[in-house]
Amino acid sequence: MISRRDFLQAAAAAAALVGPALLPAKAAAQKLSLGDLTRFEPLGQVTLLHFTDIHAQLMPLYFREPSINIGVGESQGLVPHLTGGLFLKRFGLKYGSPEAYAFSSEGFAQLARQYGKMGGLDRMATLIKAIRAERPGRTLLIDCGDTWQGSYTSLKTQGADMVRAMNALGVEAMTAHWEFTYGAPRVKELIGQLKFPFLCGNVKDTQWEEEVFDHTAVFERGGLKIALIGQAFPYTPIANPRWMIPEWSFGIRDDVLQKRVDKARADGADLIVVASHNGFDVDRKMARRVKGIDVILTGHTHDAVPEAIKEENTLLIASGSHGKFLSRLDLKVEGKRVVDFRYRLIPIFADAVPPDPEMAKLVAEIRAPHQAALDKVVGKTETLLYRRGNFAGTFDDLICQAILAERDAEIALSPGFRWGGSALAGANITMEDIYNQTAITYPAVYRNDMTGAQLKEILEDVADNLFHPDPYYQQGGDMVRSGGLAYTIDITKPAGQRLSDLRLIKSGRAIEADKRYVVAGWASVNQAVEGPPIYDLVARHVERQKTVRLEENRSVTIVGA
Amino acid sequence: MTDLARDMDRRTLIKVGGAGALALAGLAALGARPARAAAADSEAAVKKLVGNAPIKDGKITLKLPQIAENGNTVPFSVVVDSPMTEKDYVKAIHVFADGNPSPGVASFTLTPRSGKAEISMRMRLAQTQDIRAIAVMSDGQVFMAKQEIKVTIGGCGG
Repeated sequence: MISRRDFLQAAAAAAALVGPALLPAKAAAQKLSLGDLTRFEPLGQVTLLHFTDIHAQLMPLYFREPSINIGVGESQGLVPHLTGGLFLKRFGLKYGSPEAYAFSSEGFAQLARQYGKMGGLDRMATLIKAIRAERPGRTLLIDCGDTWQGSYTSLKTQGADMVRAMNALGVEAMTAHWEFTYGAPRVKELIGQLKFPFLCGNVKDTQWEEEVFDHTAVFERGGLKIALIGQAFPYTPIANPRWMIPEWSFGIRDDVLQKRVDKARADGADLIVVASHNGFDVDRKMARRVKGIDVILTGHTHDAVPEAIKEENTLLIASGSHGKFLSRLDLKVEGKRVVDFRYRLIPIFADAVPPDPEMAKLVAEIRAPHQAALDKVVGKTETLLYRRGNFAGTFDDLICQAILAERDAEIALSPGFRWGGSALAGANITMEDIYNQTAITYPAVYRNDMTGAQLKEILEDVADNLFHPDPYYQQGGDMVRSGGLAYTIDITKPAGQRLSDLRLIKSGRAIEADKRYVVAGWASVNQAVEGPPIYDLVARHVERQKTVRLEENRSVTIVGA
Repeated sequence: MTDLARDMDRRTLIKVGGAGALALAGLAALGARPARAAAADSEAAVKKLVGNAPIKDGKITLKLPQIAENGNTVPFSVVVDSPMTEKDYVKAIHVFADGNPSPGVASFTLTPRSGKAEISMRMRLAQTQDIRAIAVMSDGQVFMAKQEIKVTIGGCGG
């Protein structure tokens, strides 16, 4: 039997699925092998290897990139706010090609069956080992965070599984965001288990404004002195529960970063790299404001950008999420300046890359005690389930329906998280799938009375976190998802005026400012929230439904995009 | 508050600013938003302190987070570019929170003996709004810096 690993061929089946007119013959003939994925003409003294936002995904998975990712203000129409056909055109990718499948949402439902799952830390390890062997003494592997959270095993082990895996992978430095949702004591404990530095230069204690973590690590690679500065997600205590990290204060603090960059340069650094969890648009602005950064390795916004983006004298690298990709950036440095670079965002086709035996063993060992729970089938889906997108995803539609039904609410709210894999139509829904969407440390599903005015205020507030024209005021995350509620949003309007025509879908009635509504949702950042955990609630709902089928979500009308 | 910049230690925090229920919360709970001071109130307060002198941009660096982590206690600092000599110094720094029920947050009187024109403190903010810092120089010139700060109610990032 020929496995897809030996021979991944797009040709016949893909052509049959999407129609020959849509699939150019050249793309159709493409085969993938490990050699294709690692092919790279080395350049310069040093190779930076980068991944980010793995969200605790040890195993290969399906992950549909967003079809809606709107840029506003100075980011309008720019990478990474290109999706679908525009994205393919910008990067010269062919519809139906392996790259189109990996980097975009175009044709995802069909192409997923052809090209299979992506990522898996055992495959990641194979690629990293191959590149290290090719470039001995010249590589540096950096993780930009959101690594310890997002799966059943990470929740059950409180992040310890990922610390083991990252140590085994030989990560050389990291920064953080969701890591902090395990609470300050646990974060300190896990840092103690890391074999590499945890760099967060923008975190101070709330009392004395003293530094909490290391900010810079210096490495010698390929004869170069490399200063790596870590930048944690600046809005962690706002986007996530502040009560879990009450003594830590974050913020962009680019004035502080400028001082660190200047100091590193004065201390003789040939190359200055920032490992950032700011999000791409914030990093783009920061690259203009902070002088002297050679490379910003970005994170948080999960963008998979196949080219390095140059902003003034800084290269911005966006390496996707969920272990789908490994970035390789070769740099030639002369006189403390990057004079040339070569970049590739390597898509990790799980069927084309042989698993590294040691990492495969570790992953199996981590999962073994939880295997029965992970594999438990709770139902089946007839619709492709995914999350990413500015306003809605089918998995969130399912979560909202579950909340409406199980908590007997008129309106459901579900946070606009960017993480969580996809489940193909026809697939079983396992407990692992549900935890991949919901595994957080503050999972209670609340049920509250809210006036129409309060509801609108919340939605306006979240919309401003996404669509404020100045990226420094964007807090990250997609728009809060709603169930039972329809509205129109004009993203060009100022804060507080973007939403209109709020209606209850069931009755078609307009939301009245003074009237009270029963609203249920999860992931409240408040302390002592009461309600069942979201993963149990969704599992119960799916078990009752047996088979899930979701209609197209037309509840949000977007204006001005 | 003479010599405040020199004397004020970070450890002696001053809490000032308008009172009012804060609506800093997650998606689960909401407090009522306090009434917003009329823009006219804020303008009148500025006028009362600096008179009719023309207000110019420049000289002032306002250090303030873009989004408050905790609206009850928002750290900020104001630095004014001045040699602080007998001939040329900053006489006063005024801070206004336009969206607080009472917009006047604090006024600092400085002298050349203050050494540097820099103040830092914490304030309470009722809601998303503009913060203004106004510096009155010894020669009567008036400078202003302004920054928006968001006090959010919904945390859904990720």
